Amino acid sequence: MVPLVYYLALAVVMFVLGALGVLIRRNVLVIFMALELMFNAANLAFIAFSRYYQIIDGQLFVFFVMTVAAAEVAVGLALIVAIFRTRNSLDVDVMNTLKG
Amino acid sequence: MSLGLMIFLPIAIIAVCSAIGLLASRNTIYAALFLIINFVTISILYFILGAPFIALAQITIYAGSIMVLFLFVIMLIGTEKLPRSNALPWQKPAAITLSSLLLIECAVLIYKQAAKPTGWPELTQYMTSPTEIGLGLFNQYLLPFEITSIILLVAVVGAIYLTRPERIRKKPENQREER
Repeated sequence: MVPLVYYLALAVVMFVLGALGVLIRRNVLVIFMALELMFNAANLAFIAFSRYYQIIDGQLFVFFVMTVAAAEVAVGLALIVAIFRTRNSLDVDVMNTLKG
Repeated sequence: MSLGLMIFLPIAIIAVCSAIGLLASRNTIYAALFLIINFVTISILYFILGAPFIALAQITIYAGSIMVLFLFVIMLIGTEKLPRSNALPWQKPAAITLSSLLLIECAVLIYKQAAKPTGWPELTQYMTSPTEIGLGLFNQYLLPFEITSIILLVAVVGAIYLTRPERIRKKPENQREER
């Protein structure tokens, strides 16, 4: 097996790409997907360390992250649909007021 | 090149390339499909790391249900192409500079750690069995488990509330217009 560092490097690259996606894209759905990418990078680091230290708690945390991410996606996509109905756009630059 | 590296390297390259494809693709559906590729490759890495339960949960929850939800919403609203805007012209270079700084910083930290010898301990039955995950969930992490169930319930109710039809919400205004 390759050393732990390789897995951490992959997790770091994926996290940075996710952060870059949140910053440079303006389509709110793509921003949301980049967020999922960042979750995934964190999960990979969790699993790698859980295997390295022989503690199963890392896997349990990944399980919790997955369920909370599912809840977050449900609410987030509902919000996006609701905003799209009033604004008729997916551009985050257009969503600049709190009042619906 | 060792066997482990020969397995790891293609998977890592596919994962990174699909992440770049997610950022670069103009079409939202392509972005979602790139993200699914990424999820599947990461779940293969979970298998290699001896976490089969999490790997299958990743495929069923992430690549299965979450991405289906994304694709539903994309087909509902998301196929438009955004027009070019110059609201914040300095934002893109600033974002690229900051994220490459973050990447360099993490690379330096990891490079310092890489000097230490890191061998993997033996894979035991304790780490791979779903039974242990179930025992952990219902003994040590019982309270977070229950809180997660409440979060899911709240999310379902919230999603239904947010997406209910417009006419129910705006009934008073419509009545006024009719008069």
